Amino acid sequence: MPPPKNVKFFDGQKRNNSIYSLSAAISNCAIALIQYTMAIIWFIMLAVSLGLMLFTDPAAAVNSMITGAHSAVELSLNLLALYAFWLGFFSLIEKLGLSRALERLLRPVISRLFPSCDAETRKFITMNVSANLLGLGNAATPMAINAINRMDDGSGRASTDMIMLTVISATSLQILPTTVIGMRATAGSVNPADFLFPSLIATVLSTFIGIVGVKLCAKIFDRKKREPRKKQSRAARKRSRAKKAAA
Amino acid sequence: MSAYIIPIIFLIVLLASFLRRREPYGGFIDGARSAVDLTINVFPYLLAVMVAVEAFRVSGASAYLSDALAPLLNKAGLPKELAELMFLRPVSGAGSLAVLDGIYTNYGADSYIGRCASVIYGSSETVFYISTIYFSQSRVRRLRYAIPVALVATYTGCIVGCFMLRFF
Repeated sequence: MPPPKNVKFFDGQKRNNSIYSLSAAISNCAIALIQYTMAIIWFIMLAVSLGLMLFTDPAAAVNSMITGAHSAVELSLNLLALYAFWLGFFSLIEKLGLSRALERLLRPVISRLFPSCDAETRKFITMNVSANLLGLGNAATPMAINAINRMDDGSGRASTDMIMLTVISATSLQILPTTVIGMRATAGSVNPADFLFPSLIATVLSTFIGIVGVKLCAKIFDRKKREPRKKQSRAARKRSRAKKAAA
Repeated sequence: MSAYIIPIIFLIVLLASFLRRREPYGGFIDGARSAVDLTINVFPYLLAVMVAVEAFRVSGASAYLSDALAPLLNKAGLPKELAELMFLRPVSGAGSLAVLDGIYTNYGADSYIGRCASVIYGSSETVFYISTIYFSQSRVRRLRYAIPVALVATYTGCIVGCFMLRFF
């Protein structure tokens, strides 16, 4: 049976997939599993606790779940207040053009971290990083998706630059953890921002370790792929040199 | 010291947008309006997770989990009450937010546990969610070492950050 041309992916979208194979199917499943990790954890948490409570205290089961729903409503109202406040503040920052200034500042760093990207992709990456720095994760995500799509070479394998972008975002860049500050204020903290400095150290350190880790892994795992390419280019250089000599 | 940081940033931004005639009042309202959609989007996830988290806590399963992970966390110098948060943080933003809220109400925002939880939540991201959503529109299916590297880096940062809390 020939491989199907239009494959339905886990996200429900059909794509023309010429490289479809068993290994692609397996890694497709793995990604779907990662995406549904929370669904699995949620199911296990509920199943285990309901099972336990059947033996210990069946009356508490429904009560506890409804208490949880109540605190979700309360937390959402608190969050609405926090989000409204911080997003209002951030729109002032955006109108001042601060994010554009930040992008200009970041450009040299980005071009060093992502050596094999074209200029357009780098622009998306820069926008992603600056939005992440300001804690605007919702604005950052579409930029990263664009950048990854532009870097996609159809091999089904994440390149070092793609992994670098993912790891930099996933190790958190946010300078001002606004949600936490707001939630501590709501919980009656004396000084809601007093964890800022250690938190900043943790963020910077984790991002630094992430960058070093990616560079290290790239050196370890990509060596095999790089060497034949180098030889080829050397051979090509020899050929061109020979041509020049002949001319 | 850190009590001054945010008010000063606020004042600078406010004055700058006033002096540059960027209409701070209208801008603030535009931003605040977008918060309504955001909250409505998050709400059902939050509710589902908090129902499960509360049941998990009341049934005693949460205590079993943190007892099981206590030796590991103790070695890293972290209180065992943070096991659930450390576990959920890379997986779900709503889930870890729910746990963080529970920690604040049970132990207080200014306790060492509460401050530690603040550092962990504030300095990390939903590693699994980000890695899947970034690649969701592309044909890339093998993320290779992206998630392991991000997880190691995140947890190392958390441990060091909580250790630094003792000096601030």
